[in-house]
Amino acid sequence: MKATVIRDHSKARNTKNKVFLGAVIFFSLLTILPIAFIIGELVIKGIGQINLSFFTQIAPDTLEAMTAKTNGETIPGGIANGITGSILIVLLAAVMAIPFGIIIGIYLYENQGKRYSNVIRDITDVLQGVPSIVLGLIVYLWVVKNITNGYSALAGSVSLSIMMLPLIIRSTEETLKMIPETLKEAAVALGVPYHKIILRVLIPSSFSGLLTGILISISRILGETAPLMLTTLGNPQINWDITQPTSAVPLLIWDFYNDPNMVSLIWSSSLFLMGFVLTLNIISKRISAKHSIH
Amino acid sequence: MNSDKITKYILFTASLLILVVAGGMAFSLIRGAIPAFDHFGWHFITSTDWDPTEGRENYGALPFIAGTMSTSVLALLISIPMAFSTSLFVAEYFRKTRVASVLSSMVDLLAGIPSIVYGLWGFYTLRPFIVSLGLSAQGYGIFTSGIILAIMIIPYATSLSNEIITMVPNELKEAAYSLGATRLEVIFNVIIPNARSGIVASYILAFGRALGETMAVTMLIGNANKVPTGLFSTGNTMASVIANQFGEAAGLKLSSLIAIGLLLFVITALVNAAGKFIIRKLS
Repeated sequence: MKATVIRDHSKARNTKNKVFLGAVIFFSLLTILPIAFIIGELVIKGIGQINLSFFTQIAPDTLEAMTAKTNGETIPGGIANGITGSILIVLLAAVMAIPFGIIIGIYLYENQGKRYSNVIRDITDVLQGVPSIVLGLIVYLWVVKNITNGYSALAGSVSLSIMMLPLIIRSTEETLKMIPETLKEAAVALGVPYHKIILRVLIPSSFSGLLTGILISISRILGETAPLMLTTLGNPQINWDITQPTSAVPLLIWDFYNDPNMVSLIWSSSLFLMGFVLTLNIISKRISAKHSIH
Repeated sequence: MNSDKITKYILFTASLLILVVAGGMAFSLIRGAIPAFDHFGWHFITSTDWDPTEGRENYGALPFIAGTMSTSVLALLISIPMAFSTSLFVAEYFRKTRVASVLSSMVDLLAGIPSIVYGLWGFYTLRPFIVSLGLSAQGYGIFTSGIILAIMIIPYATSLSNEIITMVPNELKEAAYSLGATRLEVIFNVIIPNARSGIVASYILAFGRALGETMAVTMLIGNANKVPTGLFSTGNTMASVIANQFGEAAGLKLSSLIAIGLLLFVITALVNAAGKFIIRKLS
């Protein structure tokens, strides 16, 4: 009788198992390394330039910057024109996108599974994937050429509002789906009219979710540069006229990057922009973690 | 009409806005691109010549299509091991632990960094590093852009994969463990087969992101209007040629840039639709 040889693979299998775990941990840590590098670099290089005048003065022109540079002084001025421009453009975009986004989100929620609303949802998803530079191109054709006859804050806002719209629609729909059906049924049973159910039940009970979606979409558009290059162009002065070219913080960073005399300003501006965006991000996560309905 | 009907009517009317916006976008892009396609025909897509000199104006989109595809594919390839490891870390190995939630929120932060900041970091940190390794003289090119794009799309690839991996039924995994399978064997024989299509979909959507990224690539690819010849070659992408050359564009050149925008729009829409289609089939 021949003896059956049973080979013991368990050692090799355990080794493989451990090697793989090592690789997973290694690559996971490698993934978050860039964020440490980026934040570290921006803080180290940018924090020194951030002072009161950074927020209250407009960006220097290239000659001022060059003079200061040759004299070994810090570059004068700040990014006030960018900050005011960003506020103007983003607020206007939010005003255009938020009401429509929430209403369409409610529509999709109320018409689950219907053919037409599925089409709307699919198109919303397609809109969300459209590259921002293409949005810039389209809004150039729509607004810059036909409405404001030139680069304008309004054009920038339209391009950013089209970016916001799908995000708000989908976050509204997803949030509403988490509300217990019974809440709505109770209101219906009491004979509450439909618009009051929306205004008094759906929106209040999903408020934190809606707010999260809004904050995330705002933090997404705050850092956008490409569509603004094609729509608002930039402005060396503070401008509140929505029909005129207007600056924004990301546009200023792009200008500083392209002007060898002002390179040192990119770090503080980027630190400011990223700090703002990430803070909004973290706030919105906090809100959703605190109030999410399960 | 009673108030309920009016409310329903308002909701429905608002939904038309999506159709108007999407239809208007397609219409404007097509109308703007017509002069370029009229003038060059299909040659526009296959030509590698980009010459704005008056009199011999010739615009071909192939270098930019090639640049977009090579940077995005490279970014996808680089991001796969990172995103896959991170998903396993968060959704399997250290599931529901504090370290996993810290890691996943760090990865989420990556999605919040503006594209232009990635571009600056790539320009001032990554590019000199690549030069110091002797990989390329200036540090610009497909490779540098690909790395930055990979970092940018990792959060998109992981967030969906995490969910899908978490959804694999525990009973299946427990059955495999009870047969004596190791963690690695469970991952490759239970988790991956069950989560495969969802993971693929998340990478497709991340790839779609890479296709349209503009600022970071514009700052790192070298802006050479030619078909890239290798990993360290310079080039240009569809998004970055629009960003770079739009300012001085008019006439046929403007139309050509719009035509490139239309192509980019169509490609990203198809890629995103493919990703969403797979996800919809899952649920």
